[in-house]
Amino acid sequence: DRIVTVETRDLEKSLAEGGCGECQTSCEKTEE
Amino acid sequence: MIHCYRFDDLNIVLDTYSGSIHMVDPVAFDIIQMYEDTPRDEIVTRIMAKFGDQPDVTPEDVNKCIDDVEALKASGKLWAPDKYENVALNFNKRRVQIKALCLHVAHTCNLNCSYCFASQGKYHGKRGLMSLEVGRQAIDFLIANSGYHRNLDIDFFGGEPLMNWDVVKALVAYGREQEKIHNKNIRFTLTTNGVLLDDEVTEFCNREMHNVVLSLDGRKEVHDRFRVDVKGNGSYDRIVPNFKSFVAKRGDKSYYMRGTYTHYNTDFLNDILHMADMGFTELSMEPVVTDPAEPSALTSDDLPVLFEQYEELAREMIRRHKEGRGFTFYHYMLDLTCGPCIYKRVAGCGSGTEYLAVTPWGDLYPCHQFVGDEKYKMGDIWTGVTNTAMREKFASCSAYSRPECKDCWAKLYCSGGCAANSYHATGDINGVYEYGCELFRKRIECAIAVKLKTMENQ
Repeated sequence: DRIVTVETRDLEKSLAEGGCGECQTSCEKTEE
Repeated sequence: MIHCYRFDDLNIVLDTYSGSIHMVDPVAFDIIQMYEDTPRDEIVTRIMAKFGDQPDVTPEDVNKCIDDVEALKASGKLWAPDKYENVALNFNKRRVQIKALCLHVAHTCNLNCSYCFASQGKYHGKRGLMSLEVGRQAIDFLIANSGYHRNLDIDFFGGEPLMNWDVVKALVAYGREQEKIHNKNIRFTLTTNGVLLDDEVTEFCNREMHNVVLSLDGRKEVHDRFRVDVKGNGSYDRIVPNFKSFVAKRGDKSYYMRGTYTHYNTDFLNDILHMADMGFTELSMEPVVTDPAEPSALTSDDLPVLFEQYEELAREMIRRHKEGRGFTFYHYMLDLTCGPCIYKRVAGCGSGTEYLAVTPWGDLYPCHQFVGDEKYKMGDIWTGVTNTAMREKFASCSAYSRPECKDCWAKLYCSGGCAANSYHATGDINGVYEYGCELFRKRIECAIAVKLKTMENQ
């Protein structure tokens, strides 16, 4: 394997989930 | 869009729109950079010419690697298409509900730092302390305008907020009472220069403050160059014992040592390590943003030095993490698996929309950095936001609002950057503060490298 893909949050999936807006002003949903 | 870069022995490929991160070997690193505009046969020829003396590099193997790249593209993890441009506009239109206030409880300060963006706490105006009545109205205003938001943030800021300590305590008590009534969760935070940080303040903060920021620039001679009292005496010796005592009692609650570096200490890594070696483990060091004519202003000649400092910082953090004495650096904190959703990545901090600053007299501004600039006044806490045109202008700020950002690989990390920095650098909140962009991109490169290396260590 010459390429190792690191696990990251799926941004397209987060688009479908909608933004909950509960994160601290600078996520809450993924921490639950 | 992808971004390929090297950090020591790491070859890293970032995919902008999927957020994917790939660690690759030198062969794949070269293949990926050729893939989009070079025929397959040509890629194989070039790779064999460069790496053919290595026993594990054969034409079959190179072709398999090209297949892997193709598969990653097909699965949307390389050269993923941009599907988010409309997100910014639609999401920011929703952001008329407020979820955070910066309460300027004191427009006065017991220090006289010459580089202070707030003109020694006065914000280019008169001195003043927020009354309890104004503070309570601000909390009522926040709750009444918070809509569906349950988590609300209130930051006590100045000037020096501890110069109005009794009001801070009373407002926390009022907030705690109101959050129960309205089913909200208020996170209080506070920034202090440490002069008045005593045991009573420490005990209260450890009970009530979600995060506390302690202003320290690093080494004594660096700190005391700018952070002086009204008589011109440095403050390092007065505040460091207070900070040490505070942090010793802080337990696992959040705090940050927050420094500013200038043209006079472009070797700011030494200041970060000075703080780490004193036992402070949550660290932040920010570039000064000031008039380019000021002697303390960073220059274009400083950039290569600053880049090197950020890289050395990353190496030092990796080394110390491995030795079990790690520390965190604000800009190198990335949560790859649970990080921000695309809405936050596109829309940014929410200044002027869901985040507002409140002056001691109850006036509203887009954020703390605009306070005192009358043309940015947005209303007040009794009548609400009356300058809706200004709110619309800030709602338009996003990772997509500046044509210059179109081809920037880092735009979904910076979310379009800081409106105040853009304004101060270009005169337009939708301008581009290119110097800040250069530093930001370097920090993200280093942050990802630190993350990957510490994951390897674990």
